[in-house]
Amino acid sequence: MPAGGVLAMQVTMDEAGPQDITEAGADTLTPLHPNHVKLLRMQAGIAAAPLAIGALALEFATELPTGVIIAPVLLLAAWLVIRVPLRRHAARGYDLGADRLRVVRGLWFRSDTVVPFGRVQHLDLAQSALERAYGLATITVHTAGTHNASVSLPGLAQADAAAMRETIAGHIRRETA
Amino acid sequence: MSANTAPRRTAPLGMLVGAVQGIRQSLLPAAAGAYGLRDQFGGIGLIAGFAILALAIGALGAFLKWWRTTYLVGADAISVESGVVSRRARSVPYERIQDVSLEQPLLARLIGLAQVKFETGAGGADEIALAYLTLAEGEALRELVRDRRDDSAPVPAIDGDPAEPPNQVLFAMPPRRLALFGLFEFSLAAVAVVMGATQQFDFLLPFDLWDGDAWQVLLDAPAGRVAALGPLAQAAGALAALAVLGAIGIATGIGRTVARDWGFVLERTAKGFRRRRGLFTKSDVVMPAHRVQAVELGTRWLRRRFGWHALKFVSLAQDAGSASHVVAPFAQLGEVTPIAAAAGFALPGDQTPWQRPSRRAFVDGAVIGAAIPLAAAIGLLFSPVPVAAPLPLLAVPLIALRQAYLWRRARHALDERHLYTRRGWLAPRIQIASRVKLQSVEIAQGPLARRGGYAALHLGLAGGTLSLAALPLDEARRIRESLLASMAEVDFAKII
Repeated sequence: MPAGGVLAMQVTMDEAGPQDITEAGADTLTPLHPNHVKLLRMQAGIAAAPLAIGALALEFATELPTGVIIAPVLLLAAWLVIRVPLRRHAARGYDLGADRLRVVRGLWFRSDTVVPFGRVQHLDLAQSALERAYGLATITVHTAGTHNASVSLPGLAQADAAAMRETIAGHIRRETA
Repeated sequence: MSANTAPRRTAPLGMLVGAVQGIRQSLLPAAAGAYGLRDQFGGIGLIAGFAILALAIGALGAFLKWWRTTYLVGADAISVESGVVSRRARSVPYERIQDVSLEQPLLARLIGLAQVKFETGAGGADEIALAYLTLAEGEALRELVRDRRDDSAPVPAIDGDPAEPPNQVLFAMPPRRLALFGLFEFSLAAVAVVMGATQQFDFLLPFDLWDGDAWQVLLDAPAGRVAALGPLAQAAGALAALAVLGAIGIATGIGRTVARDWGFVLERTAKGFRRRRGLFTKSDVVMPAHRVQAVELGTRWLRRRFGWHALKFVSLAQDAGSASHVVAPFAQLGEVTPIAAAAGFALPGDQTPWQRPSRRAFVDGAVIGAAIPLAAAIGLLFSPVPVAAPLPLLAVPLIALRQAYLWRRARHALDERHLYTRRGWLAPRIQIASRVKLQSVEIAQGPLARRGGYAALHLGLAGGTLSLAALPLDEARRIRESLLASMAEVDFAKII
């Protein structure tokens, strides 16, 4: 087993308690593309950069011993950039069934949403500049319900996302014809 | 116009309209830029520079937007790709397009362009619009979409039973019922307003409303007896004030109810449910029967003792805007049952397989609720009056009692056609949803729910919300599976 796989499994283990949503049928969940971790890390890095710069400025501005401010801030930033994206990635997954799409997400607040293809109103396939750099795409399905009016699934390889869109659109055509 | 395999751009002239809008938005950044460069230019130069900057920003924005927006009229769907940096491709299957509208703002109309909007049943606000196409192209697109849809999709189910006699009155409120309803609508808010007003404007009254002696004088009692009956008179004064306030509350309640619900009639017509009501503002709403997604049976704690309930329809929002869908505001269960049945919903009965939620969730709720008075007590312990510390703790038994009641009253049930839920402690509210008319199912768990092994089941309902909180996790999964099985059987096009 490759090292990455072992790591990912450990993460899932300490992540999922005995009463977790994903416990039953976790084997059927498809994990997101590995590049999604890189994307999350890049996003976390961009968010943490002002924090680090601010800490550095404060460090130079004050007379405190070296490292009193910068060390904890950098530790926090490292945790946010290295550890959290890994866990967030492990917490996400999807399952494209014969007639439904299941999207699982959330670290603290877990949610497991299923949208039958027959209830999809329209679909979005979106790519931000960062996502494009990693070859990823986000698919969003829109339903008529007030709750879950749109369900997003990020971190798919672009080709997979496009294929998924065709699958769902094709299903709608078959069902209504 | 036929299906094309190559993506196309919108009308180039549309850039002009876009640029004008862009210039309006770029006034502020242009002003900032011109201000930054004010040393290089003086007077006229500044204004000219400002204008050129605004034009350039607006024109560039409009061009980029036009350049990066393409649409494709495909075999199954219309797709629109847009976004200058972040790209978004939205595809709308023909089967889901309910209508195509052409809009022409003034400037677009002058140069013969139109914005084409595709309306679907999506619950969110965002829609799909193509801005701008030439009017001819827009009309051709509309024709094409209508042809495609009529070819492939069957006409949605026609509501109602054709054999049913037209305009059957399902529910009406005669003035006596209305007056009784008004009594239960006793308005505490009106009482509060009057009390506040007497505090503020008591100088306008010839006597002090809160002074029992004044009341006694007003009632023309001999002065000697007032002195003798001091405390009693005070009590009588307070009672009189309460009686006046009570009368105001009742009068407000009746007045409001009569104004809103005068002549309330609910009829079953060929087109659906027709509700008429109102004294000053008459309203007349028609709700197609097949658009009713769920029904809600509500009550209040006092009227519940006398068996009075209110029935509401949850319907697709676009039917009546934000108007309420109350179909029987004040009725006995025997009157409500046929109304619900006419919309295809059965009220829960003896054979409804009611289930209780997870007890643990309500214990957690009580613990969380108790944390607030506990924090207040600890805070008081370190305040100048530590004696008062136990006072907030008096709320803890009340919080626990409330959670106990919430648990006792909470139920849910799933039968072949409906999903039932009952929530609330003093006056439980029952929601009844049609299984096939749900849009999505979500199981959600917070940290506490994960520890306690329970979950909330959120259901996508067109025009309303429906959640089953605090289900045991296995139960939530079981309900989801059976709901999904019945949802997948019927496509959206056949339920709307």
